[in-house]
Amino acid sequence: MTSALAVQVGYLARRSAVRTLRQPAGVVFPLLFPVLLLAVNAGGLRAETKLPGFPTDSFLAFALAVPFIQGGLFATGNAGIDIAKDVQTGFLNRLALTPMRGIALILGEIGGVMALAVVQALFYLCIGLVFGVRLASGVGGAFVLLLLAALIALGFATFGAFAALRTGSTEAVNGIFPVFFVFLFISSMNIPRDLMSVTWFRWFATINPVSYLIEAVRSLVIVGWDAEALVLGFGCAILIIVAGFALSVAALRERMSRT
Amino acid sequence: MQAPDNSIEVEGLVREFKKGPRAVDGIDLHVDPGEIYGFLGPNGAGKSTTVLMLTTLLPPTAGTARVAGFDVVREGPKVRKAIGAALQEAALDPLLTGREHLRLQMAMHGIGGDERRRRADELLERVGLTDAADRKVKGYSGGMKRRLDLALALVHRPRVLFLDEPTTGLDPQSRAALWEEVERLARDEGVTVFLTTQYLEEADVLAARVGIIDQGRIVAEGTPEELKAEFSSSTIEALPANVEEKGAVASVLERFGARTTGFSPGTVAVQLASSDGRLTEIVRALDAEGLRIAHLQIHEPTLDDVFLAKTGRHLEGAESEDAEADPELVAT
Repeated sequence: MTSALAVQVGYLARRSAVRTLRQPAGVVFPLLFPVLLLAVNAGGLRAETKLPGFPTDSFLAFALAVPFIQGGLFATGNAGIDIAKDVQTGFLNRLALTPMRGIALILGEIGGVMALAVVQALFYLCIGLVFGVRLASGVGGAFVLLLLAALIALGFATFGAFAALRTGSTEAVNGIFPVFFVFLFISSMNIPRDLMSVTWFRWFATINPVSYLIEAVRSLVIVGWDAEALVLGFGCAILIIVAGFALSVAALRERMSRT
Repeated sequence: MQAPDNSIEVEGLVREFKKGPRAVDGIDLHVDPGEIYGFLGPNGAGKSTTVLMLTTLLPPTAGTARVAGFDVVREGPKVRKAIGAALQEAALDPLLTGREHLRLQMAMHGIGGDERRRRADELLERVGLTDAADRKVKGYSGGMKRRLDLALALVHRPRVLFLDEPTTGLDPQSRAALWEEVERLARDEGVTVFLTTQYLEEADVLAARVGIIDQGRIVAEGTPEELKAEFSSSTIEALPANVEEKGAVASVLERFGARTTGFSPGTVAVQLASSDGRLTEIVRALDAEGLRIAHLQIHEPTLDDVFLAKTGRHLEGAESEDAEADPELVAT
């Protein structure tokens, strides 16, 4: 990355983070909502641990992976809505009049979102530790987990950026948010895939990349160092990033039709 | 060393939108270095689309344009380096402060750290926002936002400045302050200013030359004085002391021009065929007929009269049915 591009990305990332921090709702909900859902699930689905073959006797440890994915999904909204607002208000035009490279806008925006995602991940991890979860992969696993959480947020954020650049509409970005949540619910979020008895659900969960993201995070919490789960998880995260980034760059090129 | 070219040259510029008419329909214009050029027209006339093309944000469908010596299609990055622009809406981030906006803009322009701080302070002072510099923009008034917008357009010391309806919605005091700064930029720094407006007074006061655009075409161009002299003449309005003498007053005044309407009820108004020295003759003619006048007033021609003469419509309230470039649609 050239130094000019680095400065541009740095300033835009800083702007993204500052914007988010100055909107308390943008920080509080992504922190609290996944934790509330974790509490509800951990209380209501505790009996699942009695199923033969269930990988742990703590449902909280099993379900702790889910907030990391939900936090990543909030990144979709944060990145997308910020970019869509820039399109709607003409701020993108202002930036387009400078020598800013288009890619700096995407990198900067999602850079700020990633910073928030790491803070979120740290918060979920602390909540888990406070309530008795112990990471089977140890301290090293915690760092890997934070890295994976940041990559997951990055991946989802690129899709938010794509939706915003393609449509220029905050409503459209808000519209894709529930779609991503459907992917979360049709995954191994609440039960291991090999224990799913409904065939079509297991099939969907198996082709759903979100399952592999969850299972990679989960493996660090309850298994330890599971190479297969980590390769699949990091692989899916990277594929999502590559696909989302390519789509975003194409959409930006079309929108920034400056000569 | 050759002096930098700060001019604007436009030939046959056209912009068509899908399923729409020509928003800009083959305009030609020339703006001299250091000149303030007023681009006057009603909403939807093609002013903003022209600015978007000249600032490289929208590729033209046909025609050529050179800004600061560079072709807007082939040399976009060079054009952007030479120009500053405050587009129609003050595109600001409500969650950032004025100072943060300036620093961000300067970082995008590659202006270094120390210079960034110094220039931000200088510009904030120049536009009168020093005290509000560290407040979030969402708390700014419309006038403050416009002044910040102008400061942002100036961060990299542009040679050509585009201002798209910079005073729309501003109170008279804020408008006057902005006019003063624009005049200063042209006078003291030699900045070429291309200013679009739908306010007659703004074009009249600020612009050395005015181009009047309607439905994508330039219908008149020249200095405000030239245009008014060429396309319109003064109007005399008389209020008879005795209402019953209104007909007699009208017949005397009609010797000097054509009857016109749109003035106060009870008065007689005539657009003079020629303005030179007619007032004395008119007063003598009225006196000769023994007609007493309670109030007599000469109205100088305005740019609205010019617009009326060229389009058959008044500028204020005239709105083209043809949609102009949607800033979001072209975003970019």
